[in-house]
Amino acid sequence: MSTPAETVVAEQTTTQDRLVHRLTHFLQYHWRTLVLLVPFLWLLLFFLAPFFFVLKISLAEYTLKSPPYTDLIQWADEGVMQIRIVVDNFAYLWDDDLYVNTYLSSVKISTISTILCLLIGYPMAYAIVRSNHTTKHILLMLVILPFWTSFLLRVYAWMGLLNDQGLINDILTGMGFEPLRMMYTHFAVYVGIVYTYVPFMILPLYANMEKLDWTLLEAAADLGAKPMTTFFTVTLPMTLPGIIAGSLLVFIPATGEYVIPDLLGGGNVLMIGRVLYNEFHQNIDWPVASAVAIALLLVLVIPMMLYQHIQAKEVESQ
Amino acid sequence: MSQQIDYNDRPWLDPDAEPFIKVQSVSKHFGDFTAVDSVDLEIYKGELFCLLGGSGCGKTTLLRMLAGFETPSSGSILIDGINMTDVPPYERPVNMMFQSYALFPHMTVENNVAYGLKRDGVAKMEIAQRVEEMLAMVELTQFRKRKPHQLSGGQRQRVALARALIKQPKMLLLDEPLAALDKRLREQTQYELMNLQEKLGVTFVVVTHDQEEAMTLSTRIAVMDVGRFQQIGTPTEIYEFPNSRLVANFIGNANMFEGRVSENGTDHVVVESKDPACNFYIDHGMSIQEGSKVWVAVRPEKIKISKQPPGETSTNSIKGMVGDIGYLGGTSTYRVLIGDQRIVEITSPNLNRPKDGNPPIDWDEEVYLSWEPSSPVVLTK
Amino acid sequence: MNARLSTFLITSVCFVIAFLYVPIFMLIAYSFNYSKLVPVWGGFSVRWYEKLFFDSPEIWEAVVLSLKIATVNACFATILGTLAGLALVRFGHFRGRTLFTGMISAPLVMPEVITGLSLLLLFIWLQNSVGWPNERGFTTITIAHITFSMAYVAVIIQSRLAGMAQDLEEAAQDLGAKPLRVLIDITLPLLAPGMLAGWLLSFTLSLDDLVIASFVTGPGATTLPILIYSRVRLGLRPDINALATIIILVVAIGVLLAAWIMFRQQKQRELELNMSEET
Repeated sequence: MSTPAETVVAEQTTTQDRLVHRLTHFLQYHWRTLVLLVPFLWLLLFFLAPFFFVLKISLAEYTLKSPPYTDLIQWADEGVMQIRIVVDNFAYLWDDDLYVNTYLSSVKISTISTILCLLIGYPMAYAIVRSNHTTKHILLMLVILPFWTSFLLRVYAWMGLLNDQGLINDILTGMGFEPLRMMYTHFAVYVGIVYTYVPFMILPLYANMEKLDWTLLEAAADLGAKPMTTFFTVTLPMTLPGIIAGSLLVFIPATGEYVIPDLLGGGNVLMIGRVLYNEFHQNIDWPVASAVAIALLLVLVIPMMLYQHIQAKEVESQ
Repeated sequence: MSQQIDYNDRPWLDPDAEPFIKVQSVSKHFGDFTAVDSVDLEIYKGELFCLLGGSGCGKTTLLRMLAGFETPSSGSILIDGINMTDVPPYERPVNMMFQSYALFPHMTVENNVAYGLKRDGVAKMEIAQRVEEMLAMVELTQFRKRKPHQLSGGQRQRVALARALIKQPKMLLLDEPLAALDKRLREQTQYELMNLQEKLGVTFVVVTHDQEEAMTLSTRIAVMDVGRFQQIGTPTEIYEFPNSRLVANFIGNANMFEGRVSENGTDHVVVESKDPACNFYIDHGMSIQEGSKVWVAVRPEKIKISKQPPGETSTNSIKGMVGDIGYLGGTSTYRVLIGDQRIVEITSPNLNRPKDGNPPIDWDEEVYLSWEPSSPVVLTK
Repeated sequence: MNARLSTFLITSVCFVIAFLYVPIFMLIAYSFNYSKLVPVWGGFSVRWYEKLFFDSPEIWEAVVLSLKIATVNACFATILGTLAGLALVRFGHFRGRTLFTGMISAPLVMPEVITGLSLLLLFIWLQNSVGWPNERGFTTITIAHITFSMAYVAVIIQSRLAGMAQDLEEAAQDLGAKPLRVLIDITLPLLAPGMLAGWLLSFTLSLDDLVIASFVTGPGATTLPILIYSRVRLGLRPDINALATIIILVVAIGVLLAAWIMFRQQKQRELELNMSEET
């Protein structure tokens, strides 16, 4: 004979058991769905969905309410739904020289920075690949190390160096030259971007060169090619995938860069990331900020898709 | 415990014997590519069966279907009378030894070997005991606590074998079991593998591209090409009586002559070849039409080479000139030029030491090649 | 290699290393400057460290908040990124695969200003329509960080999985392990180094982020980068130099230690391998 209390306990354990059983059963048969669904839903909600809000607000009008934009869907008096789409924001961007110039200036700055990174990074990557085992590891470490330290602080470090009374000007005046104005110029922005992004050029180049068969160079030399000819006919074509990957990794983030032009370029350097940030935070014009974002995406969509394509191929080839 | 099949007791010749594994018109397509093309196969209990073929011939795909890693596009697979076609690998009474050995790098030798028993929920005491026995059998007891990367190639191979055998599978699948070993170790391991199989009586199915390995190991060989079996038979059958030019060339070397059947008797066949001009007299009858186009294959070691003409020169003999000699110590390989183009290869044992350092047959010498009427094989495809 | 080429290479290596490290060393040097004006040397002093340690509670609040966000972010991003990597490499084809691939790799190259803006707009909409999140700060920043960090983890996991022979998983199945069991026994342990790398990377990315955090944060929550930025925007500050020095030293020691441990392990492995070949 069992007391009522015992029966309750027994019942509880059976429900518990049943729950555990159901859970294990579910995991056993549906874990794949779970594995897929969790990150999938996360990305749908926090990555894809937000873009629709950007798109939606870029088509709305600025108002003084909070939030400062009009609804696309409005209810007229008799319950008739109206959809108001305003392309004024985009027209405004197009008509205003400031925006057009900013886009052009951004693309120009990031293109030149990418080329500079390539010119500096290529010999570096080449030297890393061709050096002996220990040196290779030390050099790689030295390239990667700054990446782990704060990006903001590294840009800040340049504020000290480029300052009117900074180290570089100290050395210049010490040698009897006139001090240079470097802070808040395009030069400072180039230095900042190249400094920040050169590891992103070196590492893909290194990864690409590391896999190459270097005896091909000897074969070319053996067949009578001069060093320059070998470089342009063998080395450069072989390392092209690395060059493209590295260039995209510099070009894409540099185009939308905000911190570097803000800290080092001041008001003299027009870059789109900075305009977007200010439009949003200072002017509180969300519709225009959203339109700027959409337009920036349009500028970057081709390089971004190219990079994804390369990335996917890379994973497949492994 | 059952023994390996006695050579004289061949179940595949016994119409009443029940095959242990039945592969029934199994095909496997990957997109447009047909890896395995409607094959039928019967393997008997205790056999050491080899699937032999070049890369991409479908042998590995067939093995993976036996293991359950691939599902056949059509057809069925029966193991011990039970349909296993759609049974997942973890529910099949079959284990596999992978070409890479696939030892779990984060587990010790002991845990690698015990893994299969743990998955079956065998009691801890029993697991410990069986692992002990298994490690003793493959002579790895002192390495039990090591990780795979601390073992040599041969030791890893034995761990893989122990791990696959400990569940006492109905069938052990071996994917290129010796490919990762160096030559000397490979030969030694071949015999160890055969002894082990004989001792345990487990049916082995081995995939290999190495014809010597297949010849040494197997009770029967299936030669595969482009997803089909070209021939299934004992090593002797495959070597001495290949059924096609492909098999004759794949297993060992063969000199191939094209010709037409000029005479078809009850106890003999004569094939007339134009290039080189020669009559082949073969001392067994065949069901073949006179005048039809055939190929005659003669193995290099079945051809006699001599400076004197044989007694009768019109049949089973040709004259040629030595073009090349490969001295291999125990044997020499002669490449004899017949006419301008045709080369016939002969392997001949070096029975006597050459006098005064001069080889018995030298370069550019005229020689006569001859063979017994029982040596040539007539091939129709 | 000919002499001219190697001279050129050595010069360029020295240039790159100097370019990367001189600013950092100057930053560290000037943290010991007595002068309030950063670029003007006024003698050696540790007064900015004293100020930082004893007179800057707001900096320490920001440090704690940033570390909290970074830790939670790293844990979630590692889990989500690992799941995503597994699904992409091991599940073959499934519906929505192309979309999924696109979504997982897009955050890697998306300009921060766009990610920040779009997430903020989402959070505001959610707040207005479902009442959650009721305030912006820790939660919203963490969610934003997880979203881009998981993409980095997924890339690491994907490349490790692709490089990992499927043999091992098949061998486990062959020995009787059901797919979930294979995942727990074989796949995840072998992915552990990749997951650790992903965790560390996510942690660092989160500590480093300024732009996205400053979009999605609210009035109450100031992360360390936001605090530093608000100060250095107006010019050089010696106490920030002191803070930077501490951060850089901590990170450098951590990274070098990790590298040293990895190097040691590799040496050990090679040694064991040699030993086994001799026996």
